[in-house]
Amino acid sequence: MSVMGPTADHYPHPHLLGIEGLTPGEITLILDRAQHYAEKNRTADKTSNILAGSTVVNLFYENSTRTLTSFELAAKRLGADVINMTVGTSSVKKGETLIDTAMTLNAMNPDALVVRHGDSGAVKLLSEKVNCAVLNAGDGRHEHPTQALLDALTIRRHKGRLHRLTVAICGDIAHSRVARSNILLLNTMGSRVRLIAPPTLLPSKIERMGVEIFHDMEEGLKDCDIVMMLRLQLERMEGSFIPSVREYFHFHGLDRAKLANAKPDALIMHPGPMNRGVEIDSEVADDVERSVIREQVEMGVAVRMAALEILVQNQRAAPRGDS
Amino acid sequence: MPAIRAKASGKTAFVNVRLLDPASQTDCQGGLLVEDGKIAGIGPQITAANLPSGCTVIDGKGACLAPGLVDMRVQLREPGFEHQETIETAGHSAATGGVTTMVALPNTDPVVDDVAGVEFVARRARKVGLAKVFVYGAVSKGMEGHEITEMGLLHQAGAVAFCDGDQTIANSRLLRQALSYATFFDGMIVQHPEEPELSRGASMNSGELSTRLGLSGVSPLAEVIQIERDIRLAEMTGGRLHFAHISTGESVEVIRRAKKRGLKITCDTAPFYFALNENAVSDYRTFAKLSPPLRAEEDRQAIVMGLADGTIDAIASDHNPQDADSKRLPFAQAAAGAVGLETLLPISLELYHNGFMPLLDVIGRLTMHPARLMKLGAGTLAIGKAADLMMFDPDRAGKIDPYAFVSKSKNSPFDGRLTQGKVVRTIIDGRDVFVHAPWFEGQ
Repeated sequence: MSVMGPTADHYPHPHLLGIEGLTPGEITLILDRAQHYAEKNRTADKTSNILAGSTVVNLFYENSTRTLTSFELAAKRLGADVINMTVGTSSVKKGETLIDTAMTLNAMNPDALVVRHGDSGAVKLLSEKVNCAVLNAGDGRHEHPTQALLDALTIRRHKGRLHRLTVAICGDIAHSRVARSNILLLNTMGSRVRLIAPPTLLPSKIERMGVEIFHDMEEGLKDCDIVMMLRLQLERMEGSFIPSVREYFHFHGLDRAKLANAKPDALIMHPGPMNRGVEIDSEVADDVERSVIREQVEMGVAVRMAALEILVQNQRAAPRGDS
Repeated sequence: MPAIRAKASGKTAFVNVRLLDPASQTDCQGGLLVEDGKIAGIGPQITAANLPSGCTVIDGKGACLAPGLVDMRVQLREPGFEHQETIETAGHSAATGGVTTMVALPNTDPVVDDVAGVEFVARRARKVGLAKVFVYGAVSKGMEGHEITEMGLLHQAGAVAFCDGDQTIANSRLLRQALSYATFFDGMIVQHPEEPELSRGASMNSGELSTRLGLSGVSPLAEVIQIERDIRLAEMTGGRLHFAHISTGESVEVIRRAKKRGLKITCDTAPFYFALNENAVSDYRTFAKLSPPLRAEEDRQAIVMGLADGTIDAIASDHNPQDADSKRLPFAQAAAGAVGLETLLPISLELYHNGFMPLLDVIGRLTMHPARLMKLGAGTLAIGKAADLMMFDPDRAGKIDPYAFVSKSKNSPFDGRLTQGKVVRTIIDGRDVFVHAPWFEGQ
């Protein structure tokens, strides 16, 4: 599709650590492959043996159900052997360091490590110490690239493009790695990004990332093609970011009245898990006409299959030496 | 380590050197005579031709001879953290960096908050016999910020000033009392200016970069807010207050104004804050994680200007050795701090090479000014003073290689930086404690 610009003929990076540094062609390459899997996943013939014999380790330092399941399923559908390691953050502090864990796992020769960690930059640090492919499944407040890719795939399936769209990302931007990855991806692909949040939930100088800032939801949603809600991450908040959940919902929760400002065909998205009645009203979350929240979950598996396939194939074609 | 003469005896003459003495504003070719560990003569008249008999002659071959550096902010890590540094390894590191006097922070384990702590450090340093070590006493017991220490007794035992290490004295009442109490022996309180609530949990400067990296940042305002409050307390009590390692343009401006009003306010900065900006932490480089954090480029420039116009009195190395395990962590978990003794001179000389300050002024910020603040009687080339000297070549090209550091720790944000200027000889009480090997061999 020429309207989407050129697709890269290969993915030149050893890892997927973030959206930062990816070209539009590389993003399109992953999305095209993911689209292929999205279709395949809806058939009876879901599995393949394309990654048979390879090992994927899911190393999660933060609790996660949906992302972990999604990655596990993605690897299994490609025929890879999967091991899940969930390490509570508290036990890390007492015991082995991140780098030691990385080296230990690396010694078992996995083909890919999927890592989630509560600290920004931790996945990159780990990637420097191993010689397998590393996928960032979320690091602190930094990036969550597969989430941005699955959001992009969902948008592309409905809007037919990723450029010249107006996308509003609403809510807890400050604590959100999803927001950062989405801003980077949508800007790279040529869409306009608006951020709508109370001032306390906007990180310093965020406007320098090429976004428009709104505090008022109704104003910010005007004529948007996409409304992306974020989860209010109360567990990451230290101090008073918002006075109360009630007040937050009153001003910044998405309900039908506020949504009326967006385009009539605007999509409603949410990376999940949703706090119903906090950032989103059930009525709009479950609106089958507008809400694509469940489709996002579906696309998650497809995007992760594409990413795993591309990275493990790269790794097989040109194994990286001992680092 | 090159040969170190055990004891200074008799006479030594340094000839064919460029004498740099900020106290007397001397900058001339000449020589310096040392007798029994003390400076016995100085000036252009001292040449190889007219030396007293029995004199050891050291030909400087045109190198600069200046007072040994006086570093007013060093963490020795002993007692308690000997895996990171000891008084002995710090002493060798200091000698290599041209530092002949250092003042150690009290944030050891145990904290230097009693007379025994002061005496322990003094005794160990005497035994090591390298750079002269003075200590800060803690302001509060255990540096817990509740009750003041026995400041008078600590002062009598040799503590030259007071601070709570790398912690802010946040409690206004405590700081007021410490400032007020210390006036009776004219003691100086040194503050780490960082408003603790604003900076809690932060690991770098706040701004576009912290947002992109997803790290929690501290606003530069946290520094100036603390400074402004503390200036009020200093004014109210008449106490001597010194701000350590200031890092923002606003801080320089506020201190400049306070000085104009005649308050007894002084401050220092560290080479990191005039030689680096926050971009050094891109890619999550934990070696550039410092406290206070590296700031924006505008702040860095303001620090340079503050040094040039004299608002910033002194440059201290802020030597903070951290082992590899404390740094090889995700950025937010990694320890803050960098080693600094061995890079203090070459990085400070950038101020001279880049045309911001005359050479004599740079040396003054590293010698006479900190020595005067701490009343150490060091940092000058006056006759009768201890022969604590540093010989350096201001132009010699080099490259910073942390693995070549003598310090036990190698955490430097200056890794790979090209430098101009090198210490070639360090002398304490007339004894060589460091001689740069190639220079020595070339004699």
